Amino acid sequence: MTTPPDDELWSAIGDPSRRQVLDLLVSHGEVSASWLAGRVPFSRQAVSKHLVVLERSGLISRRKEGREVLYLVEADRLDQATRAMTEVAAQWDRRLATIKRLAEAAHAENKRTTPS
Amino acid sequence: MPSLMIDREVLIAAPVDVVWRTITEPDQISQWFADKVELVVEPGAHGYLGFGDQGGPVVVETVDPPTRFSFRWNHPRGEEPVTGNSMLVEFTLTPEDAERTRLRVTETGHELRAWPDEEKQRYADEHQEGWGDFLDRLDTLIKKR
Repeated sequence: MTTPPDDELWSAIGDPSRRQVLDLLVSHGEVSASWLAGRVPFSRQAVSKHLVVLERSGLISRRKEGREVLYLVEADRLDQATRAMTEVAAQWDRRLATIKRLAEAAHAENKRTTPS
Repeated sequence: MPSLMIDREVLIAAPVDVVWRTITEPDQISQWFADKVELVVEPGAHGYLGFGDQGGPVVVETVDPPTRFSFRWNHPRGEEPVTGNSMLVEFTLTPEDAERTRLRVTETGHELRAWPDEEKQRYADEHQEGWGDFLDRLDTLIKKR
């Protein structure tokens, strides 16, 4: 077993709505909560909640500019998250490859012992 | 289909029932997944998956032979996996013909399942590109720094 992705990251990016918020931050840089709320199919309150979770996980940070609060991604932490994701995907690929090998061997064995 | 977190598939040169047994029989599961498998393949059954000296509970969700099997786990935490703290792993088996089966596995975060279908569809429509494209853009972002 390789090191599993850490829990906070995992649950922060595990939610599709949050990933949508994260997506927008990745592609648009520093933006405000209201800007985000105008681009997602959920409420301003939901956006705020997602921002809190993302900030707690270290994936984003905030900065005050005048009266506005702007959010931005923390690229290093996000990089860590995506590496974790890539690793999980690779683990499933390895498991699928083993399943394939086992099933194909079992099938060959069945054919050998019960010729039709 | 909604864009999922992990979504992988493989084409296997074996009939669907053989693949089904490979992914659902505990003595087979221990060959491709956990070292230690204590599991009854019935909806709602609680079991245990051990990985070396780690391990945790697993709860079977769907058993629909020979095409759908899913379970919930929250590795590496040892908590009881319920909606909200765990990942759902779903296997879908599709016979291509009598000798070949397409096996797809998805692993999703906790809230996707709770979404109404239309919301999932909307998300899917808006996120056709899925995780792969997200990674590409992220990669670009990181390189820019």
